[in-house]
Amino acid sequence: MNAIEINDLTVAYQDKPVLWDLDLTVPSGILMAVVGPNGAGKTTLIKAILGLIDPAAGQVLVQGKPYRRQRHLLAYVPQRGSVDWDFPTSVLDVVMMGRYGALGWIRRPGGRERALAMQALDKVGMTDLAERQISQLSGGQQQRVFLARALVQDACIYLMDEPFQGVDAKTERAIMDVLRELRDTGNTVIAVHHALQTVPEYFDWVTLLNVRLIAAGPVKEAFTEANIRLAYSGRVPFHSGTSNGTSNGDGSGKGDGDDADDAPWLSALR
Amino acid sequence: MSTIDIEIQLIAVVVAVSCALPGVYLVLRRMAMMSDAISHTVLLGIVLAFFVTGDIASPLLIIAAAATGMLTVTLVESVRGTRLVTQDAAIGLVFPALFSIAVILISRYAGDVHLDTDAVLLGELAFAPFTRLEVGGVDLGPKTLYVMGGVLLLNVGFIITFYKELKLTTFDAALAASLGFSPVLLHYAFMGLVSVTAVGAFDAVGSVLVVALMIVPPAGAYLLTEKLRWMIVLSALLGASSALAGYWVAWVADASIAGSIASVTGAQFLLIFLLAPERGVIAQSMRRARQRVEFAQLMLAIHLLNHEGTPEAERESRESELHEHLRWSPKFVARIVRLAEREELIEREAGGLRLTPAGRAVARSAIAA
Repeated sequence: MNAIEINDLTVAYQDKPVLWDLDLTVPSGILMAVVGPNGAGKTTLIKAILGLIDPAAGQVLVQGKPYRRQRHLLAYVPQRGSVDWDFPTSVLDVVMMGRYGALGWIRRPGGRERALAMQALDKVGMTDLAERQISQLSGGQQQRVFLARALVQDACIYLMDEPFQGVDAKTERAIMDVLRELRDTGNTVIAVHHALQTVPEYFDWVTLLNVRLIAAGPVKEAFTEANIRLAYSGRVPFHSGTSNGTSNGDGSGKGDGDDADDAPWLSALR
Repeated sequence: MSTIDIEIQLIAVVVAVSCALPGVYLVLRRMAMMSDAISHTVLLGIVLAFFVTGDIASPLLIIAAAATGMLTVTLVESVRGTRLVTQDAAIGLVFPALFSIAVILISRYAGDVHLDTDAVLLGELAFAPFTRLEVGGVDLGPKTLYVMGGVLLLNVGFIITFYKELKLTTFDAALAASLGFSPVLLHYAFMGLVSVTAVGAFDAVGSVLVVALMIVPPAGAYLLTEKLRWMIVLSALLGASSALAGYWVAWVADASIAGSIASVTGAQFLLIFLLAPERGVIAQSMRRARQRVEFAQLMLAIHLLNHEGTPEAERESRESELHEHLRWSPKFVARIVRLAEREELIEREAGGLRLTPAGRAVARSAIAA
């Protein structure tokens, strides 16, 4: 069965469309990147799948059913910057929040939740920091905490908004290992991604977006130069000098060079 | 100390703790100013309900006031939702509008009842014990104490019951929504709680002190701990202690009790702001100064490492010329050299400075990282 099926989805803020009549089918068991320029609607797409935004038209089906009944199947990793990291709480506490959905209203987390959270922290290599205050974490550690929090949800579809934004190369590799493992055990991972040059290496499917759907499919078929140019309106952003394959600090891809001819990611395509 | 004195202090403590508890979440949600708005606009509900019932003691007043609190939140959210103004401006637009209507209504139609603008702003804690709760002719104590005791129980009950949900929606509303905990529902439930607290407290201590008691103790507790549980407990303790201290300041200085309590919360915060062990201003500036010195030692080590074995090494490592190369003041150079020497990162040799093996290792690992 398909993990996600999106039919004629339009999302608009007042009269400004953010996503225009999107049709997209995401099969189960793939690692999919969502790429596109700033303002292309990548985060909006993730939020619409999660039911956090009401669409102006169209529908999203999660394993064939509307989102509301399928909530437990989805895990969400928001952008790291979306929360206040000075909030007075510890790493373990944040990871346990991933269990709150399964607990339901009022019931409190206990030993079982703690054990699951520790397992998830182990997967992302953060057991030592379980008791650490979240205000003391580096960017990479924050991202690992968010990933661990998604892992304890025990979902089968993982939606991630820029998981590599502002993380170090080591964390990026660690996160990729976890994502591959998720995929290999039959889960579906959808990640908003910025560094085009790592798309072929990291993902097996890609969705190119620029308000409208430009292309979606296996990387080999959809991630063509023509489609990328179409998505970025001829301006191909890539991070010059990131030959080590990591996204740069701000990860925004904004205003980077137009000299697409010798883009490092192009070699990865061939 | 008379019974009245004890009763006033008891009321003050109960009010302070009742306010501090929801205040914790207001501070964490960066909505401190919302308490200011609510604590004023509830007056409109009180006035309207008073016109309907004609009874200043009717419980309907509290319900109507809480409803106006919710109305305030709804209006602020919808004004902000237009994206034409920011949230602080939205609060600034909504709250004076509702408050001024209430003030006009009071001055025009209720000039002769116990509803006057002084009482609204400053409360009358000293008179609170004079309104008694009597059942069958038996005096059970000041009515305010019962009202605020109820509010306190409500707050404690709500926070204990929905601790997990409040924490989640405060920290990450989007995750909360995706897990099926409606942040909007909780937001309004919580704001209802703030409104009820504001109404109850406002009757005793006035709207200005309500804001002080809701915001200042949690803001201080925030600087003292990094655990939410402790922040809640500390806020309650800070609120209660300033209520007691404020009462005695007022007694000694023969001044307004509400005013004294508010001043004590302010003084207490100032002390915490300056002296908090980790996040206080003094601790931070000391830490910054220490980091600056440590970093300077590292820069010195790296400077020496970079020129080691090069022809200009001798000139670059001469202490008397270091300030030229590093653009530091000679005094700072002398201090850093002295400290680095004490840490055994560098040693002096004829004419210049030389890295010790330890210093070389430190510099190398710093460059490698």
